[in-house]
Amino acid sequence: MFSGLVESIGKTLIDFTAETGKVFRLLYDALRLALHPPIDLRNTFKQMLEVGVLSVPVVVITAIFTGMVLALQTYTGFKRFGAESLVGSVVALSMTREMGPVLTGLIVAGRAGAAMAAELGTMRVTEQIDALETLATNPVKYLVVPRFIAGLIMLPALTVMADIIGIIGGYLITVGHFGASSAEYWRRTWDFLENDDIYNGLIKAGFFGGAIALVCCYKGFYTKGGAEGVGKGTTGAVVISFMTILIADYFLSAWLFE
Amino acid sequence: MIEVKNLHKSFGPNHVLRGVDLSVSKGESVTVIGGSGSGKSVLIKHIIGILRPDEGDVFIDGTNIARLGEKELYSVRRKFGMLFQAAALFDSLSVWENVGFALLRARTYSEPEVREIASEKLNLVGLVGIEDLMPSELSGGMKKRVGLARAIAHSPEILLYDEPTTGLDPIMADAINDLIVRMREKLNVTSVTITHDMQSAYKISDRIAMLYEGKIIETGTPDEIKRTEHPIVRQFITGSAVGPIKIKGLSE
Repeated sequence: MFSGLVESIGKTLIDFTAETGKVFRLLYDALRLALHPPIDLRNTFKQMLEVGVLSVPVVVITAIFTGMVLALQTYTGFKRFGAESLVGSVVALSMTREMGPVLTGLIVAGRAGAAMAAELGTMRVTEQIDALETLATNPVKYLVVPRFIAGLIMLPALTVMADIIGIIGGYLITVGHFGASSAEYWRRTWDFLENDDIYNGLIKAGFFGGAIALVCCYKGFYTKGGAEGVGKGTTGAVVISFMTILIADYFLSAWLFE
Repeated sequence: MIEVKNLHKSFGPNHVLRGVDLSVSKGESVTVIGGSGSGKSVLIKHIIGILRPDEGDVFIDGTNIARLGEKELYSVRRKFGMLFQAAALFDSLSVWENVGFALLRARTYSEPEVREIASEKLNLVGLVGIEDLMPSELSGGMKKRVGLARAIAHSPEILLYDEPTTGLDPIMADAINDLIVRMREKLNVTSVTITHDMQSAYKISDRIAMLYEGKIIETGTPDEIKRTEHPIVRQFITGSAVGPIKIKGLSE
């Protein structure tokens, strides 16, 4: 009974280490091949469209409501001690430092990340990835590199948009609903917002974008076992992406903002 | 041309190939037969270098591809064309982009030129006017033909066929067999086929080799194989459930 427990803990640890090693191996290959021209521009733009442009509607809706609810909660809360004039600062700081990058990351992981894992997984089980190799095409270069670059570029781009729209959402509630002064909102927004808040938020977003693409491509690339395997791989990809974003968010914040 | 020596490969506890030796000379058509799960696909994937052996060597024109670096391996692969069991067409690309894939990637020809070559290769496998269809719009037999057109598009010297007739009706299967024979006559290629379809094996092969329990247990011309005394080969080619070959998971 006891040895069984030790055995299963050991096995989990070994599997985890092996898997992490393979993820970093894929990262190394992707980076190496990304720096080695030619880059497949057509595929890269296609992925930027998938990851970025097509995520715009969801990001817009999420960001505007996040900004609105932030304003709603802070306004009513801060009113208790007469600090409601600070709503603009709270919304701006929360959006740029946290909500913008994290929510955009979660949306892209759920949308584009799941699609990456499912598409690559299907290509694996139907031997399309093997077929690439037989046609003298490196599948990491053809499939993973464009997705990795797209994640790295498009997530910060989406985050900039989410930041702005969230702040506008906050404005709508603070000024439109609670009737606070418009000038006051904007003044408070700019007063405490520093360039570093925005840049560090974007660094986080870039990290999330790369991590999502890497994890989801990895899960797809090493899918086994037919349709069921593709399903499992996709679920795993989204769950691991979510965890990675939330855990990395803490450590990146501690490092960047402290 | 192809020389496989003492090839071993395991997946976890499963020792699939246990010392395979096989040689194929230039222009020859060799078929490897064997039951499901006997490691035929694993063997063919070693020949083209998708899998690396645990032990043993694979020589292609004297180059040991089991020991090659990535870059050299990709350049050796240009000698190969492979037809996959379910065709493995890229479903995000149209038929002509599939066929011209390797040429488009190599950038030696312009797009209109590649399209022209693709049409030509499609004609060669008996397909006309389907260049702009997507793979999902094709029947099983047509997919295999497109897969074959893709395999021959860059004029390879070696063609590998992974169960070319599996999943097709008998008439379509025979048409594919004819195509394989014609490819060899027209393109003068060396070919390795894996199959468990004996009719197909007799029709397309110069030599047949049987893979059993991770080793080649017998090799011979189709006629020699038909007359074999080897009890395991005998049982396999006659397709009998009774004999020395045990079916995994079934009780006596």
